[in-house]
Amino acid sequence: MSDKLLNVKNLRIEATVYPPGETPKDIVIVHGVSFTLEKGKVLGLIGESGAGKSTIGLASMAYGRGGCRITGGTAHFNGEDILASSKSRVRGLRGSKICYVAQSAAAAFNPAHRLGDQIVEATVLHGVSSRAEAMERADHLFDILGLPNPKEFGQRYPHQVSGGQLQRAMTAMALCSQPDLIVFDEPTTALDVTTQIDVLAAIKHAIEETGTAALYITHDLAVVAQVSDDIMVLRHGKTIEYGPVAQIIETPQEEYTRELVSVRSNIKSEAEDQSKPLLTIENIDAAYGNSLQVLFDVSFHLPKGQTLAVVGESGSGKSTTARVITGLLPQRSGRVTFDGRDLAPKLADRPREDLRDLQMIYQMADVAMNPRHTVRDIIGRPLSFYFGLRGREKEKRVIELLDQIEMGESFIDRYPAELSGGQKQRVCIARSLAADPKLIICDEPTSALDPLVAEDILKLLMSLQKETQVSYLFITHDIATVRAIADSIAVMYQGRLVRFGPKSQVLSPPFDDYTDLLLKSVPEMELGWLEKALSDRKMEAAGN
Amino acid sequence: MQMIKAMPWSARIGLLGVFIFLFSAVFADVLAPYGEREIVGDVWEPSSAKYLMGTDNLGRDLLSRMMYGAQTTIFISAAASVLSFSLGIFLSFLAAVMRGWTDQVLSRLNDLMMAIPTLIFALVVLAALPQELWILVLVMALIDSTRVFRLGRAVAVDIVVMDYVEAARLRGEGRMWIIFREILPNALSPLLAEFGLRFAFAVLFLSSLSFLGLGIQPPEADWGGMVKDNKDGIIFGVPAALIPGGAIAALAISVNLIVDWLLNRTSSLKGGRGDV
Amino acid sequence: MSNANTSPPAGPGPAGGFFSSNPLLALILQRILLGFVLLLAISALLFMGIEFLPGDFAQSYLGQSATPEAVANIRKELGLNAPVHERYLSWLGGVLQGDFGTSWANKASVSEQIGKRLGNTLFLAFWAAVVSVPLAIGLGMIAVHYRNRFIDRLINVVSLGAISLPEFFTGYLLILFFAVNWGVAVFPSTVFADMAFTDRLAAIVLPCATLVLVVLAHMMRMTRAAILNIMSSAYIETAELKGLDAFRIIAKHAAPNAIAPIINVVALNLAYLVVGVVVVEVIFVYPGMGQYLVDAVTIRDMPVVQACGLVFAAVYIILNMIADVLGILANPRLRHPK
Repeated sequence: MSDKLLNVKNLRIEATVYPPGETPKDIVIVHGVSFTLEKGKVLGLIGESGAGKSTIGLASMAYGRGGCRITGGTAHFNGEDILASSKSRVRGLRGSKICYVAQSAAAAFNPAHRLGDQIVEATVLHGVSSRAEAMERADHLFDILGLPNPKEFGQRYPHQVSGGQLQRAMTAMALCSQPDLIVFDEPTTALDVTTQIDVLAAIKHAIEETGTAALYITHDLAVVAQVSDDIMVLRHGKTIEYGPVAQIIETPQEEYTRELVSVRSNIKSEAEDQSKPLLTIENIDAAYGNSLQVLFDVSFHLPKGQTLAVVGESGSGKSTTARVITGLLPQRSGRVTFDGRDLAPKLADRPREDLRDLQMIYQMADVAMNPRHTVRDIIGRPLSFYFGLRGREKEKRVIELLDQIEMGESFIDRYPAELSGGQKQRVCIARSLAADPKLIICDEPTSALDPLVAEDILKLLMSLQKETQVSYLFITHDIATVRAIADSIAVMYQGRLVRFGPKSQVLSPPFDDYTDLLLKSVPEMELGWLEKALSDRKMEAAGN
Repeated sequence: MQMIKAMPWSARIGLLGVFIFLFSAVFADVLAPYGEREIVGDVWEPSSAKYLMGTDNLGRDLLSRMMYGAQTTIFISAAASVLSFSLGIFLSFLAAVMRGWTDQVLSRLNDLMMAIPTLIFALVVLAALPQELWILVLVMALIDSTRVFRLGRAVAVDIVVMDYVEAARLRGEGRMWIIFREILPNALSPLLAEFGLRFAFAVLFLSSLSFLGLGIQPPEADWGGMVKDNKDGIIFGVPAALIPGGAIAALAISVNLIVDWLLNRTSSLKGGRGDV
Repeated sequence: MSNANTSPPAGPGPAGGFFSSNPLLALILQRILLGFVLLLAISALLFMGIEFLPGDFAQSYLGQSATPEAVANIRKELGLNAPVHERYLSWLGGVLQGDFGTSWANKASVSEQIGKRLGNTLFLAFWAAVVSVPLAIGLGMIAVHYRNRFIDRLINVVSLGAISLPEFFTGYLLILFFAVNWGVAVFPSTVFADMAFTDRLAAIVLPCATLVLVVLAHMMRMTRAAILNIMSSAYIETAELKGLDAFRIIAKHAAPNAIAPIINVVALNLAYLVVGVVVVEVIFVYPGMGQYLVDAVTIRDMPVVQACGLVFAAVYIILNMIADVLGILANPRLRHPK
């Protein structure tokens, strides 16, 4: 017990939910979870959304967010059960001995105060050190965390610095009081992959330098494998598997863990013949309003019955390209050719046949379907709109489509809110199939889904392609997905196309600088990957 | 029934209040003991078995006039609210769907109208226009529709950016489909609450106008006008003016209690999702 | 109106360098300019609207039995024969010099009347504001502090009731009890020029109380909503997870962000107060702008109606403009540009 920093036993957390039109009821979010953490060690909590990982993290600070109540168990911190401690005692621990790093630092910093003041606030207030000492330590931490111009950084306001910098500032705030434990709640999830690697390295470096212990919460096993000593896999508020990182990654015991660990299998081999294009875009320039140009001279083509993956980070212009193709954002110059004919730049000028041929699937299936329409309405509307189907005929076809997406007739009268995330995305796929299109634009259709569900959706998309010869323009930021499904790849960066060609060609050297950086930044399910990636980078920098 | 069970007591009281007022308004002709303009007794008689609420400044039965007044007040207010709602919602949704200059023109015009305080606006316009009922309803509706427009546009703009509206656009759906089938069903619950608020406001507004002598013209009974008729009694300690005043307050409170529940319900729907 | 947060920031204007280096100043100037444009538009609306409405004012001025010659004479006398835009410009020119023309009813100078009555109205509104603003903010904070507990619910239900009370109900109820039955207050609330300050205050106690009741509930509820909105933001959670005590969280982390929305709430309600004064003045027979306007509307004395309408609109717009500007100044994102 003595060298255990944190000892959580049988933690049970409940919350009250308010389903519309029903009486409120209590649900259990965490069912008796136990773990221990030694001084200076890092425990990774991993699981899909709803697994209860954030709730557990906050409970180890004796905090329940938004109506969550800790209803059972103990959490001994340095031998003292903080769940049973007085409010003022807990307040004394928070911000001095236990600190927190939130997912969205942009929202978690107070817009009214300078970063420096917020970072040292708790340290000074809890009497850990004087303000001058705390400021000095903050400057030192900025340095460790790789923040530019540390002396000046603390003078800025939160909205004046970038997301990656804010996340590091939040880490500095947590480290400032030299705590024994830090709870990291998805600290890199909101960041781009090339930024994530830097922040991840900074966090790891800072943990090692300061010798603090940490709970690291994330949904990304490859990320957590880089920073943790132990890993706990959670699902539906229960522990699935708990052990040293090497054991979880290399010899997982449970089926669920094995599925998480298994690297995404290559679902599709690259098509040989990529000569017959269905969609060609040439020299596209596009801008929002009159001034803000977002696409610069983008050209690529997509062969019939194949998949083109468009890869890039946020702001790369990949979604804008889709908007140009669909006609939502008419291009300034350049040409879009589809199935041998020119597509009118404006949506309003396109004949119904063009609209039918070109369908779309969205990232957030939640908001891609009208919550007040049933599955029957959602899938049925394109059938009556494009083909004039009604009554029995329409219903028959809706059921056929439901079968095609491996959902049954029983779902026909449900509302979107009554479907799971994966089912929602399937219904969206059925809606686009209902139009009998030649091309479906998939805008990050799997990135909001849990990994195993995402895998199933990808498999479904590929089998539908085989069946119907539909082409996909697949927009994503996830290289693993690209590897799994693409025939050809277009890499975009800051509104420009940096690389385009068949998959095998794009993913093999020699690389351009950006593609190289992108590929090297994607975390791999491998111990020590982070160190290797970083040393590769250093060597390159030295080589240049 | 299921819904009433889930209601808090405050909303149930509100529902009961609205029901009582509606009932007495609809069945005024049957229920009222005396005629609307019938002079039946002395001026400002106190409440008695014969005249439950006493008589008014001309010796008419106050209870009967309250019932007929309910008819006028509720009917005119409801007509103005329905009209202002239809107009405000349609224009605001149109602005949100069309964007561009349609939105600009409608929104700026609305800003301009809203920059004039409602009561002042109504007084100025009613001073210049002939005193007729339909003009009164129209003026009330027009002024009120500016408030509906603002809310409607805010709600619709949030919905228009949803992917399902984009999906409908990409499918090639027309504007009317998007307004009535995609946006309206999703805007219904905040708008329903707003309708209650606007109705309560219309009752108060109409009564204020009548009280100032610019709303419903005598001898027709309406609550605001009845306050005006009986206000001089107050100095002599006759509380006749407080009865219609109290009725206006009671109706407005009842509606507000229901609205409050509706609003809480929609906001707890929104706030109900967190990362748990 | 008060949408400082939603409107797009000012683009680089003609003096691009200056404005892009002072976006805050540009935004404020833009607001003030917008206020004046609105006022101008409303003056035109008031004038033109009345011009183009059906009915001949000379006719209604003299009544149905007037002879055509008399109507023609009066048209000439009132200056109704000149083209509309000329009359508007001369009216506007007069207004800018503080001359609102003469009343049709009694040929008295409108400006003179307004000069006397505006002071009375602002006196009443000022004291109502002095009482209601601190009370509303205090009650709003109490409601937030005890949120979802008994006190909060009580405040909620009572304020909901108060919102629904028409001014004349509250007003006459107060008169009946305080002036008629108990005799502790005066009615009607007459004030005159050389009245002692204390007598003046005593005279406005009841109308002031009525106004306070009308505006208090609104302001309190909006304050509560504004503070709750701040209290549910992520940075308050951060403060809590930093182990700060409740007082410091409110004083240091919530308050600086709550100032802008609360200023907005107060200004909006003050604007409402200035309008609510109309009915209250009529109830209490108080010689202010509202009484003047209502009397003029009843006898269709258009110069007075136009003048009063413009003055009320101006006060309303200026208050909203001040709210916008203070809201901008209190917003840290705008005060410390990138």
